[in-house]
Amino acid sequence: MTTTDMTPVTKGGDGPELNRRRRVYKPNTRYVPILATLFLLIVMYSSGVANFRNFEDPSVIVNLFRDNAVLLVVAVGMTFVILTGGIDLSVGAVISLTTVLTATLLKGGWPPLVVLPAVLLLGALIGAGQGAVIHFFKVEPFIATLAGLFLARGLALFINQQSIPIRDALWKSLSETRFPLADGVVTKPIAVVAVVVVLIAAAVLAWTRFGRNVYAIGGNADSALLMGLPVGRTRIAVYTLSGFCAALGGVLFSINSTSGWALQGNGMELDAIAACVIGGVLLTGGSGFVWGTLLGVLVTGLIRTIINFQGDLNAAWARIIIGVLLFAFIVMQRLVTRKAK
Amino acid sequence: MTTILKHRLFWPSLILVVMLGVNAFTSQQFVTIQDGHLFGTLIDILRGSAPLILVALGMTLVIATGGIDLSVGSVMAISGAVACLLISDLGNQNSIGSVLLIIGVAILVSLALGLWNGALVAIVGIQPIIATLILMVAGRGVAQLITDGQIINVRSDPYSTLASGFFLTMPVAFLIAAGAVALTVLLTRKTALGLLLESVGGSPTASRLAGIGARRITVMVYVVLGGFAGLAGLIASADIKSADSISAGNLIELDAILAVVIGGTALIGGRFSIIGTVLGAIIIQTLRVTVVAVGIPPEANLLFKSVVVVALCLSQSPDFRAKVFGRFKSRPAVEKVGVPA
Repeated sequence: MTTTDMTPVTKGGDGPELNRRRRVYKPNTRYVPILATLFLLIVMYSSGVANFRNFEDPSVIVNLFRDNAVLLVVAVGMTFVILTGGIDLSVGAVISLTTVLTATLLKGGWPPLVVLPAVLLLGALIGAGQGAVIHFFKVEPFIATLAGLFLARGLALFINQQSIPIRDALWKSLSETRFPLADGVVTKPIAVVAVVVVLIAAAVLAWTRFGRNVYAIGGNADSALLMGLPVGRTRIAVYTLSGFCAALGGVLFSINSTSGWALQGNGMELDAIAACVIGGVLLTGGSGFVWGTLLGVLVTGLIRTIINFQGDLNAAWARIIIGVLLFAFIVMQRLVTRKAK
Repeated sequence: MTTILKHRLFWPSLILVVMLGVNAFTSQQFVTIQDGHLFGTLIDILRGSAPLILVALGMTLVIATGGIDLSVGSVMAISGAVACLLISDLGNQNSIGSVLLIIGVAILVSLALGLWNGALVAIVGIQPIIATLILMVAGRGVAQLITDGQIINVRSDPYSTLASGFFLTMPVAFLIAAGAVALTVLLTRKTALGLLLESVGGSPTASRLAGIGARRITVMVYVVLGGFAGLAGLIASADIKSADSISAGNLIELDAILAVVIGGTALIGGRFSIIGTVLGAIIIQTLRVTVVAVGIPPEANLLFKSVVVVALCLSQSPDFRAKVFGRFKSRPAVEKVGVPA
């Protein structure tokens, strides 16, 4: 995004005497959903501070990144796919395949520095395969990635149905390392990885040719093709990226839990899609930012934190409260966005 | 001959026939008459596919309008839970009148849940995948609350007739599904309703400008799907004579969407094929039965499913056929005709 993008869109403001009264601050309409999410996130956080003891502790916010590192990484990959107007249902299954494969290979005595690139490559390959099927054979993304979901989870279950512990020294040390940020506030390497992924993705989307192509395809794939943009290459690349991010998420998952299990990451695809949508990424493609996805992940994480602070909720009520908060949030976002437009 | 080969349902039908053939060989009783009704693997497939047919049928209508509904599994769980809770409170669980009344209540509840989804999509204007995600998450919590986290067992003959009874030699569950299909085909193809659905799916704005109540139609399809999902939930819970709020209808939304797509309905809306959907649902159920019949180990179930899904989707993709089969075809000689000015 260039600097010109930042100026508010107020056309016809040349005649100052005509428009003097309307000179109030109006954000660019592209940023309205993201600002609405940010505003509601702050409201939610403040109500948490008002209602619960120790909620204002900075480690609550820092722990949001630690607890949602996997979701954050996966949702960033998903953002690229959704921006092109596609969807990727396979990410949860790729996570489980990665954790199982990592645990199995490490148990088999493979060196960790071989396992790590191998599983990341496998995730990228699965994504690339899905992208190729979607692009070359015009299979709907929903179905192609649904088949990918069955394939990846099927492979994971086929390898091992039990939970496999990881005893590798590198994985253990990564799991136990803590970075002190301030007095009494520490974070884990997985949170740092997630934040770095967000920064890189935001930069790529905003400042590179690839990022612009992603927006162009999401806006209108036919026009993008007629403009001479590499539609096929970009489309396959976003699914590859999503597969890679899912595999990275799986690695983070295996570091966090020091185990691999075929049922891990179940339903993660819907969490990731929900995070993107809450952050203002349109499912029709072409509109949204990685920052929005970050806010979306923080919203879902904060909802869970509030439920934890509440403490006395059983599983059934926790589900219902998550649903109610999600509903309240989406409706409010809808109202705020509609008013601003 | 070539027209049959080119029909879009040719390959799915072929796969179904092959799988049925495999079953006919491996099972001792494919179709026989026993105790005055039909009996055997084929009848089991028809009986077992009833819930999926019902859900996929409603999903076809929703997808035709360009929407999607992820909450069907939760609606199934709620309707089964409501019915089993009320029946277990009955003094005489075999009283036909009260069981029918309870079935009516459960379906009313499901219709109300469908109305909720439809209102969120059509009136509040939330993207369908997110609007229905809310009920998908919260609904299962509601079902758990209704059953109090337990599995409620019922001993009611009229209720289990829904799933395991026979009428005129055919299973009741299949007859219910067939009746729903016949009614839907009649309403959508013999009245203007089908046309209206397709026009709303093609462009809601254009159809509203053309004088079609796009909003009303959108709400209606979600309500209908809610009702069908509720009925499917009743059949599924009658089949196991209990309400299991956790596993009832788990992941059925993906199977239903898969059935719709196998049947040739595009997920972008605007066109639908009910017969194709029924075929797709029966294929998925046959696949489930065949995997057991052939003796594929359970951990490879999903792998097998993914292979069949990929094969089916590729066989239906015109681009795939052109790229793979186009090579073997002798091309008609191109006549060079002078282009008129």
